[in-house]
Amino acid sequence: MSGGSNMFLYSLSIQQPSSITQAILGAFSGKKQQEIVVAQGSRLSLLRPDATQGKVHEVLTHDVFGIIRTLAAFRLAGSSKDYIIVGSDSGRITILEYQPQANKFNRLHLETFGKSGVRRVIPGQYLACDPKGRACLIASVEKNKLVYVLNRNAQAELTISSALEAHKPHCLVFALTALDVGYENPVFAALEVDYNESDQDPTGQAYQEIEKMLVYYELDLGLNHVVRKWADPVDRSANMLFQVPGGADGPSGVLVCAEDCIYYRHVGRLASRVPIPRRRGPTEDPNRKRTIVSGVMHKMRGAFFFLLQSEDGDLFKVTLDYNDDVGVSRIRIKYFDTVPVASSLLILKSGFLFVASETGNHNFYQFEKLGDDDDETEFNSEDFSADPSDSYQPIYFQPRAPENLSLVESMPSMNPLIDCKVANLTDEDAPQIYTICGSGARSTFRILKHGLETTEIVSSELPGVPSAVWTTKLTNGDEYDAYIVLSFTNGTLVLSIGETVEEVTDTGFLSSATTLAVQQLGEDALLQVHPKGIRHIRSDRRVNEWPAPQHRSIVAATTNSRQVVVALSSGEIVYFEMDSDGQLAEYEEKKEMTGTVTCLSLGEVPEGRLRSSFLAVGCDDSTVRILSLDPDSTLESKSVQALTSAPSALCIMSMPDSASESSNSSTLYLHIGLYSGVYLRTVLDTVTGELTDTRTRFLGPKPVKISPVIVQGQPAVLALSSRPWLGYNDNRGQYMLTPLTYPALEWGWTFSSEQCPEGMVGIQGQNLRIFAVEKLTDNLQQETIPLSYTPRKMIKHPEQPLFYVIEGDCNTLSMATKEGLIEKDPANHRDLPAEDFGYSRADGHWASCISVIDPLGKEVLQKIELTENEAAFSIAIVSFSSQDDQLFLCVGTGKNVTIVPRSSTCGYIHIYRFLPNGTIEFVHKTKVDSPPMALLAFQGRLLAGTGTTLRIFDLGLRQLLRKSQAEVAANLIVGLQTQGSRIIISDIQESITYAVFKHADNKIIPFGDDMVPRWTTATTMLDYETTAGGDKFGNFWILRCPKKASEESDEDPAGGHLLHERSYLQGTPNRLELMAHFFTQDIPTSVQRAQLVAGGREAIVWSGFQGTIGLMVPFVSREDVDFFQTLEQQMRTEDAPLAGRDHLIYRGYYVPVKGVVDGDLCERFSLLPRDRKQMIAGELDRSVRDVERKIADMRSRVAY
Amino acid sequence: MADKLRATQQLEQLQARYVGTGHADTTKYEWISNLHRDTLASYIGHPQMLEYMAVGTGEPMAKLRTKFVERMIQPVGKPPEKED
Repeated sequence: MSGGSNMFLYSLSIQQPSSITQAILGAFSGKKQQEIVVAQGSRLSLLRPDATQGKVHEVLTHDVFGIIRTLAAFRLAGSSKDYIIVGSDSGRITILEYQPQANKFNRLHLETFGKSGVRRVIPGQYLACDPKGRACLIASVEKNKLVYVLNRNAQAELTISSALEAHKPHCLVFALTALDVGYENPVFAALEVDYNESDQDPTGQAYQEIEKMLVYYELDLGLNHVVRKWADPVDRSANMLFQVPGGADGPSGVLVCAEDCIYYRHVGRLASRVPIPRRRGPTEDPNRKRTIVSGVMHKMRGAFFFLLQSEDGDLFKVTLDYNDDVGVSRIRIKYFDTVPVASSLLILKSGFLFVASETGNHNFYQFEKLGDDDDETEFNSEDFSADPSDSYQPIYFQPRAPENLSLVESMPSMNPLIDCKVANLTDEDAPQIYTICGSGARSTFRILKHGLETTEIVSSELPGVPSAVWTTKLTNGDEYDAYIVLSFTNGTLVLSIGETVEEVTDTGFLSSATTLAVQQLGEDALLQVHPKGIRHIRSDRRVNEWPAPQHRSIVAATTNSRQVVVALSSGEIVYFEMDSDGQLAEYEEKKEMTGTVTCLSLGEVPEGRLRSSFLAVGCDDSTVRILSLDPDSTLESKSVQALTSAPSALCIMSMPDSASESSNSSTLYLHIGLYSGVYLRTVLDTVTGELTDTRTRFLGPKPVKISPVIVQGQPAVLALSSRPWLGYNDNRGQYMLTPLTYPALEWGWTFSSEQCPEGMVGIQGQNLRIFAVEKLTDNLQQETIPLSYTPRKMIKHPEQPLFYVIEGDCNTLSMATKEGLIEKDPANHRDLPAEDFGYSRADGHWASCISVIDPLGKEVLQKIELTENEAAFSIAIVSFSSQDDQLFLCVGTGKNVTIVPRSSTCGYIHIYRFLPNGTIEFVHKTKVDSPPMALLAFQGRLLAGTGTTLRIFDLGLRQLLRKSQAEVAANLIVGLQTQGSRIIISDIQESITYAVFKHADNKIIPFGDDMVPRWTTATTMLDYETTAGGDKFGNFWILRCPKKASEESDEDPAGGHLLHERSYLQGTPNRLELMAHFFTQDIPTSVQRAQLVAGGREAIVWSGFQGTIGLMVPFVSREDVDFFQTLEQQMRTEDAPLAGRDHLIYRGYYVPVKGVVDGDLCERFSLLPRDRKQMIAGELDRSVRDVERKIADMRSRVAY
Repeated sequence: MADKLRATQQLEQLQARYVGTGHADTTKYEWISNLHRDTLASYIGHPQMLEYMAVGTGEPMAKLRTKFVERMIQPVGKPPEKED
């Protein structure tokens, strides 16, 4: 099974991909409200837009372990619920429904039609649904089209027919849509090209004469077959189709979008055409043609309009004039607004526009108006001939600030994530993740911190430094808290909560002593515990006082609505219980403890019971004892737990538990905080009082304080140490402990008022602070610094907390050229922010710069724009030993670079000197024959990969001096790593090569290479022999050099032996061994070893292009490997992937998976129904709780 | 003889169903065109790969997708002259 590998890794993702392949809109819950389903990598997520707050909430996300390529929503006639069709790489069509009660996707149908995998002729690329929900067509890029008839049976269940074929060989599909034909036979429209003739014609004439056809496929519902009903040539450059409403709502037919033009076409109707307006302005090329890249049609009250987006991001409103006789008489088009280039646009009935951006944040806009009566020029098709071959005058518009749309929310998205570095620059206990993301003018430098977002409500200074704070209601029935009670070292202050927060004095609380506990007792009484006694304040302000025995004081207290327990300085415990007439009755015996009591906890009275039956007592002899409070065994010891340090806080509370015996019930837990800063959570058996299943976590160096709070309607635990932490159950039902992005607090308590029903109150020094946690789904907080162009690479300064980022955009006017153009024609120039409107584009031009980023100050310290059409591709910081180890920044650039096919005039290596504040100053540049794509500091010199040549440079006064060179790569060196004299060279296409630098001979000698072509994107050396890396196809792999070859390479200082060793199969003498292989789907863009949590183990952290951040955690013991491999196997069968892909084949997409267990699949265990969990646990010879604990431990040991 | 016939029939069936299935007389041009078409279809079908190239070339994904389908028509140039 393992293939003899002795390296095993556990793959986990800590952030899911944030790119959206496609978004669809529908009423998936079956209610009026519209919801959005998005495909993000292998994940399917349901988003619920909140129109009142203008926010989008993620309700569910499901990893389908397959590549989701297309989605469609459909609704059966007369139904109110939309279903989801998924086109994936499984060779199957999947129909899903969303079940709002269980909050999960349920698969209704799964029909196999072909081989799995993304293939040329297996449908799954294009998907279209009849607007009346009667049929769908799923097509491949070439040849195959399948139509499924959707219907319902007598039980009103959805049925799907067997597939009807509409194949046509040699036929390529560019776009597909369904026609709106009302209730006539469903018709689908496709843009097709037939290449059969051009493939046979050596003269090339047939290729020149190829026509693009608009083809109608009609599904004859009566005869149950599909016919190719109509085919008509359209513009050769056509690329997109949009459905035009039909039946009673419109003229039917399609909009055909082509380069520079939009056509209306329908069978038996006149065609019309309107050009796509081009941008006006001195920096715009007047001859550049635009294409439509996305769009949306919206129907409302009998009218309809289109919003079509050009490649610049400009939205155009397109409307049609039509009547029943001639069909469409006029297409009108006008500029609407500009939004980021979208992969999907959705218009919600509530007046919002959801833009699923291709790169960067996804935006949620509100419509201010529909551009109906503004002074924007409207163009219409009457002025233009409908024949694609006729010439016409292009039309222009002036982009302007948004008028029709206003941004209400931006959903953070790391897509595309280009580089990532884990570092601790802020000296916190856990490191942060620094990334460069985005493309073009919307590029960003992002800092990720582990923590939950908090919203501050109040922060006010107090007269003294309080030691504790409580809130209390006045009566049992109150919804909100009435008082805030603050305890100082010599007194107590009571504040009332209302419109304003002010001090009250007539509450009955003793204000001259410090307070130990506050409780709303029974129906309407209040209770205050202070060192000298207990005050029981009745609703009529009568006070019953219980004084502490002489020469003793109360050191700890715990209360609930019916019970009170106090511990005396002598180590005695006194127990009170409320009797039927509301009096506190003391239990006649006192319990003597062996040590001094440090903390107590009672827990809430369970619903329908008279008392909490357990008391937890923490003593300074590092124990916690559970005492019974049952009437027949009052204060009898039930169990003892020994601890590593004295407990500082205890809290008994019940929380939901996915592993409990019956589903969705809760379990009683004892939370323990220690003076050493360790937090423990153990299960408290409700019958025996035994403590089992202890989980520990180090929170920080300060003693832990614990208080129960409510977040999102769920019980949670606020644990305070050097940082505040929140313990809660996440949406998978797993218990998570996450720090809050909030300053350290000395004390915390719940707070509930009308404005803030689920808040928390805390003390920070002399301040009283009230805050709330609103979102539990995001446990990584992002901070953003804008960049100028698409970032390419970054590097951290070895000493200072600064990053150096190289950025570049091709086919974009550089700053200097742009300024020159504006100067020539300043009158027509309008300054619009590039973040929203993008840069002016021009073929062959590059805009590139080097930025110095200060991530702590959140600013760009310096930006150096490159000139003369140079673009930066590689960066390194080198301390040249010839310059007394002084640090220099080296940047590799290319001049006049074209990407496809790769070419350039020449390359340069720029050298910059560091100034004391971290900014840089140009020293000189050295010409090289091709742009260096990889630079690296190597033994006090610079190692540069230019093309296929590896060179070593030393720094001279006027330029770099070439010291050594070797041909080591097959195509193009894209990455370099080093340890000692060893150099790991990654080739763009041919995996990695191990080479050694022989100082004596001044030679670089390759000695080990790979046998599989891997299109390497990122690598890192795990140790001297082992390299982990990723490739362009979305694989993660680990390669190792054989021990013998590794040793031999270092033996001979001169390398004569190595140099003359016989090459093996036209490669180097040795081959690397594959240690692990895993298909991650997302393209790894960086791989590194890092420790993510304080006190955690080191793991491999990789970042994915679409925004994934993942971990590969090495297993410690063989036992764990066996356990997780068996669990994974069970999960594959018991929780088979939703879209019908085989999990094992998916993870072994290009190369069979080796040495990696999929943790994301294992973590789905907690979502399984109870009986399946038990079955799997049985197979593993463990209890369900044990299995869940092991899964949770695997994550919490290394990550969040 | 019957076996040979069946084998031929099976091969023909495969060729009809799976575009690109080779035969004894597959020319270099056919083979390489087929290979390129498969590659381009894979670029189009893997959203992450398409995006990777879109960001690299600074073009929107929709445009790049169209470009790739367009290139599938004749990925490696004109077919060679037929030799009789």
